Amino acid sequence: MPHINAGKTKPEYDVIVVGSGAAGGQTAYTLAMEGVKVLMLEAGRDYDPVTETPMFNTRQQAPLRDAGTPEKPFGFYDATSDGGWKVPHEPYTNASDKAEEQFWWWRARMLGGRTNHWGRISLRNGPYDFKGKSRDGVGWDWPLEYDDVAPYYDKVESLIGVYGSNEGLENTPNSPDGVLHPPPKARASEIFTHKHAKKLGIPVIPIHRAVMTQRMDSKRIPKRLHPNNPKAAKTLAQEMDQRLACFWATPCGRGCSIKANYQSTTVHIPPALASGNLDIITNAMAREVEIDSHGKATGVNFIDKTTGLDYSVKGRTIALAASSCETVRILLNSKSSLFPNGLANGSGLVGKYIMDTVGARLGGQVPAMENMPPHNEDGAGGSHSYVPWWLYKEQLAGKLDFPRGYHIEMGGSRGLPRVGTFDGLERFTGGSYGKQLKEDAKRYYGSFVSYSGRGEMVPNENCYCDIDPAVRDKWGIPVLRFHWKWADYELRQAAHMHKTFAELIEEMGGTILDEVDPSGKKAIYPGGEIIHEVGGAIMGNDPSTSVANQYSQAHEVSNLFLTDGAPFCSNADKNPTLTIMALAWRSADYMMDEMKKGNI
Amino acid sequence: MDTINTSNRLDRRSAIKWMLTASATLPFLKPDSLAQSGPAIPTPGGYGHDPNLIATEIPWDRTLTEEQLRTTTALCDVILPRVDDSPSASELKVPDFIDEWVSAPYPDQQSDRGVILLGLDWINQESNERFQEPFCDLSEPQKTAICDDIAYLPEAASQYLEAARFFTKYRNLTMGGYYTSDYGTKEVGYVGNVALAKFDGPPPKVLKFLGVDKAPW
Repeated sequence: MPHINAGKTKPEYDVIVVGSGAAGGQTAYTLAMEGVKVLMLEAGRDYDPVTETPMFNTRQQAPLRDAGTPEKPFGFYDATSDGGWKVPHEPYTNASDKAEEQFWWWRARMLGGRTNHWGRISLRNGPYDFKGKSRDGVGWDWPLEYDDVAPYYDKVESLIGVYGSNEGLENTPNSPDGVLHPPPKARASEIFTHKHAKKLGIPVIPIHRAVMTQRMDSKRIPKRLHPNNPKAAKTLAQEMDQRLACFWATPCGRGCSIKANYQSTTVHIPPALASGNLDIITNAMAREVEIDSHGKATGVNFIDKTTGLDYSVKGRTIALAASSCETVRILLNSKSSLFPNGLANGSGLVGKYIMDTVGARLGGQVPAMENMPPHNEDGAGGSHSYVPWWLYKEQLAGKLDFPRGYHIEMGGSRGLPRVGTFDGLERFTGGSYGKQLKEDAKRYYGSFVSYSGRGEMVPNENCYCDIDPAVRDKWGIPVLRFHWKWADYELRQAAHMHKTFAELIEEMGGTILDEVDPSGKKAIYPGGEIIHEVGGAIMGNDPSTSVANQYSQAHEVSNLFLTDGAPFCSNADKNPTLTIMALAWRSADYMMDEMKKGNI
Repeated sequence: MDTINTSNRLDRRSAIKWMLTASATLPFLKPDSLAQSGPAIPTPGGYGHDPNLIATEIPWDRTLTEEQLRTTTALCDVILPRVDDSPSASELKVPDFIDEWVSAPYPDQQSDRGVILLGLDWINQESNERFQEPFCDLSEPQKTAICDDIAYLPEAASQYLEAARFFTKYRNLTMGGYYTSDYGTKEVGYVGNVALAKFDGPPPKVLKFLGVDKAPW
């Protein structure tokens, strides 16, 4: 089955999946490979990474040399179409005018969504991350634990291909032997950081990223992932053989035409399509989930953006995987006499407790790295190393003034120069120009480092979204209105990040390039800017205090599942995408069980 | 002097005032401080939200006048001249890049345009006052005499502060254009953008340079 046009759908599908990114891709994959008839609705256009990725194209070939603009915020070559913090024709609003109370909502209107450009950082949540409240008294525990999710982390990592190492560090789980691909060697700046961080008791280890550093074992993995389904195993094996290992060039953010990294469009969707069980409609903007008089979901109403016409498609089960906030939006817009406050919203919690990641950054210039011998540092097109949170014991002992941890991502490679690479260089050169400037450029290029903290925020009452009563998008669909306020926990965490980065840069003998902010207020990025939106329909055992159960099944509508980040009870410092996929797979398995049993 | 009677010529006093305004508004044009809600409004004349990334084209016209281009070229080549085998900025078409940049319809580039055009105008006026020639016709020592006064903002005399701000931005753009060119990326010491069978990490001489015996993994 194929890409189809709106209006060419089957009379009914087993499952309608709204969204095609990490969550929608994984949900559709798991279901279609096991014979479930799936329809996927994607609000953006079709997208083909094999033909559309500017792999080796140089900055000289791009408008403005690939610098970011309002139309392409991450640069011209970024694998985002019709996307960004602002999307054409699809506004959202913020309730407050205050700069510190804004939420930035990044969307990508294209098949595969944000997985086409994402950072590919794939860290498992650890045992503490599912039981935060039990450990420190704030936020919530999840209605599941690490051991429930671990088998699904194994499956997802095996399917998508993740490099990394097993270090056995606290709350930083190992993967089973043979699952991870070998980590790439550390780059020069990472090695230099490793050397100096050690003196401060800060561990630098290989990061985990969804990039293949070797060919997929297409003989073994498909059989392990689909043990009782030779057809699925064969289909997957064929698709896995289409993927090449990383050839150590080109930035992952452009996407990957050789399919070495994970994006839904190269990993999830091709085998799901090849199974013959998936139909896809692109440019299909979901408006609402339709229900019958008993409160069961019956289908999805969507707008074909190419014609502006309305369609309804029927499904036995509905899986919303539209991105946390878009899923919330669909629920809140699905109003009926049975669900006057929005679908599955009897608790009033749909839209509440949205979370992003705490972000802060500090740059430095390191004299010891000046005039480094030139060498190839392209590597795997993203980070090779990181610092996992290392102060669990101090935090537990009450020695820190914020409850949750952060990891550190680092920059500083001798990467392809940007237009702004040398901005501010006069601080070191005294304003040189002419022949001297050419010498200075070579001397200082590659001597800059940066450290970025990615921390866990505690969900709070002030961070939520609802429907703006006055604003609609181009298709007449009411839009989200965001409410946002960082709490002191997050500000203190951001301040701690800055303090740590400053110590690290000084330990390396470097000059700190930006202001170190002891308040955290200036250091912290706006909510949403890190693009780790989760929450808004948290899971729990009690329908009065949660929207979904541990399988992301809506408490109030048994055939409605929320398989993206919306049911997250917390947002660990670990980047959420891997956990979204693991939970989507688990949810899809449960969905199929319940369908077989006739419960839904 | 024909060369300085261009349509966007301002006297120095108002030029300086304009530049103060431009630099004062700069922080508000950074993405960090822009409110992000609301719909994306396509930028008229921009490449849109879904440009072809393979067959690239620049949809806006270059707008610098011939006179401005002469000044641009001369100033680029003072900043990054030919040195032995290393080409000058103009040999790498950096002036054309600057023309592309200041002609782009986006807010950051439009803001830069204001500073750059007034700066180019200022530098010609300064040349005419000091040496009775436009900047592009000055001798190298004459060009250097002017640039030395504006090359480093923290040490610039008070009457040259705005010109020094212009020069800082202009140098950034010149370096940006030079070192993002296919030639410049190599010259500065970037090695890559070629497929490799394996990734070995930094070679032994780099480890030695960093003062480590061996890579951590």
